[in-house]
Amino acid sequence: MTTLLQSLGADATRRALRSPGGLLLQMGPFVARLATRIPAVSTAIETLYAAYPVASADTFVDFDVGVHRPASWRHWWQPQVVFSFEGQEPFNPLPGGQGFPLLEWGLNWCVYGICHQYLILHAAVLERNGRALVLPAPSGSGKSTLCSALLFSGWRLLSDELTLICPKQGHIVPNPRPVSLKNDSIDVIRRFAPQMRLGSTVRDTVKGVVAHFAAPPDAVRAAHQPATPGWIVLPKYVAGSPARLEPIERARAFMQLVENAFNYDLFGAEGFNLVGSVIDRSACFSFEYSDVHEAAALFARLADGQADGQEPTAH
Amino acid sequence: MPMHWPEDLTSTALSGRMPPGPWPDERWSTLFRQARVAGLLGRVAAQLDESGRAGPAAAARHAEAALRVCRAQQDEICREIRFIQHALAGLGAPVVLLKGAAYVMAGLPAAQGRVFSDIDIMVPKAVLAQAESMLMLGGWMTTHHTAYDQRYYRQWMHELPPMEHVQRSTVLDVHHTILPETARLRPDPHKLFEASEAVPGQTGLRMLCAPDMVLHSMTHLFMNDDMNHALRDLSDLDLLLRHFARDAQFWTQLVERAALLDLRRPLFYGLRYTARLLGTPVAPQASAALRSAAPGAALLKLMDAIWLRALRSPHPATAPAGRAAALGALYVRGHWLRMPPLLLARHLTIKALRRHEGETPPEPETPH
Repeated sequence: MTTLLQSLGADATRRALRSPGGLLLQMGPFVARLATRIPAVSTAIETLYAAYPVASADTFVDFDVGVHRPASWRHWWQPQVVFSFEGQEPFNPLPGGQGFPLLEWGLNWCVYGICHQYLILHAAVLERNGRALVLPAPSGSGKSTLCSALLFSGWRLLSDELTLICPKQGHIVPNPRPVSLKNDSIDVIRRFAPQMRLGSTVRDTVKGVVAHFAAPPDAVRAAHQPATPGWIVLPKYVAGSPARLEPIERARAFMQLVENAFNYDLFGAEGFNLVGSVIDRSACFSFEYSDVHEAAALFARLADGQADGQEPTAH
Repeated sequence: MPMHWPEDLTSTALSGRMPPGPWPDERWSTLFRQARVAGLLGRVAAQLDESGRAGPAAAARHAEAALRVCRAQQDEICREIRFIQHALAGLGAPVVLLKGAAYVMAGLPAAQGRVFSDIDIMVPKAVLAQAESMLMLGGWMTTHHTAYDQRYYRQWMHELPPMEHVQRSTVLDVHHTILPETARLRPDPHKLFEASEAVPGQTGLRMLCAPDMVLHSMTHLFMNDDMNHALRDLSDLDLLLRHFARDAQFWTQLVERAALLDLRRPLFYGLRYTARLLGTPVAPQASAALRSAAPGAALLKLMDAIWLRALRSPHPATAPAGRAAALGALYVRGHWLRMPPLLLARHLTIKALRRHEGETPPEPETPH
């Protein structure tokens, strides 16, 4: 029987996070041991990871992480938070209110810095009818906004940030975690999906205003179901632009995947073939948009095979 | 070692002393996480592979990931060495690969599962300036641009300031001997070059002879001030000793070379702690010959207390009481052995006055 975090309750969650054994959460293919004594971070974990299974104490733990107040006299006039990984502190502290975003960034860092069993792309990824829609893009391209709109429009979230490609099976492994929204996109998605469970908003981070919302419980429940590559779409927010999907050359899509990969260099020839096989199974487009409703409608047609552009060719 | 210390699973695994039978997942996880922090996950994974011992599926995935990093790094080392070979082709003096670069190119077991941060080579001091300019033509540029840093390296150290390649960002350390010019012990670099051997199958590349390679690895570990990779260095030493000891002459040569190079004390410590922590078989005649290199009983007791605390995974779960003090003592000792007191006082003052330059906060959204 799996216990979900929400059935533990706030007090037990907080106690676990403060205990030496920490709180063990199953997040997609990984088990993380989380520890914190900071109440705001506890609350965020309790809210945004409510639907995640609590792993038993004898499980293989992939990462042992936490956010803490650094031990320093500075604490009294300028509270800070620091991320810990296996008892080490790999990064400089951040201002005190940024505990939860720091935890999320740290967890991402654990995945792309360690989990080289996967080819890892900086890309949002969603699934519909068993096929994955990969949205590779650097920050600021409107990738998270688009991903958020789609996951409230019938697409299953695999990840808003890290696409994990299994080199053996060639499929995409889900790693659903809280979705991060920045600046203006927070209100855009709030209007688009009023049912969204938004955690607290954190101002003045390196990325501006940041807020996380919980991955839909269905996506968390289905986290063990991988998806086959289906579409690769390079998104770009362009103010005032109508939603426009344009087929692109496979070579360009290939290069975009490589450019957005964290660890392509570790895979050598295997990586070249793997990216090639992802491209071979996908229809490749570039996409410009300014309105999320229009975008969601267009991607619904794409999923049903009615949108313009090329069909995937079989190999 | 005191029985109440938390077990250092990394040493247990590397010494081949893992108890037989299935291990609970939790223990595998602890081993893997401790080994990762020590920079030894690749090596643990390689040795488990070799011994045919497999953990749970999650452990296998981490092992696969760690070995993939090692493979990619070793490919990169081989590529870089070709570039270095090319850049220094006209030097007309021996180019000796040191440490990891030598292990990889000579196909030694110490290359197994090893991670690298840079490449180390050694050229005679007489051609150091020429080697530097040839490397600059090949795209390697000096780093550490402050006047003090440049002076620190060029006047007092045994190497140039690290050079970084402008396109590939790989880092190259060019040495002219194996210990700082200011150090207490001064092995004669001519003897190292004289005894060096050609790297099999490589034109123009040499490596230290087997005993010197071991001695260099020991000086690196036992005279260093940064203990973050101490256990990794000890494991390198263990693998070198196990490999070279297959030659019957090795132990005699090792003791002789140590005397010739003024490195008997580091050898004494090296053999003592590899044997204790990693179960390295040491020939009794070598131990006997080095008895006179041991420090006095009181100092030895102190050194044991310090080194046995330092030679563990830096993971906090393995830290015995007094580890921080031990590391602090070794930091001071490492510096003390590298520089005379006045120079040391000056160096530490300058380092302390400098603003602490830490790493930038994580930016997981930028691929690199």
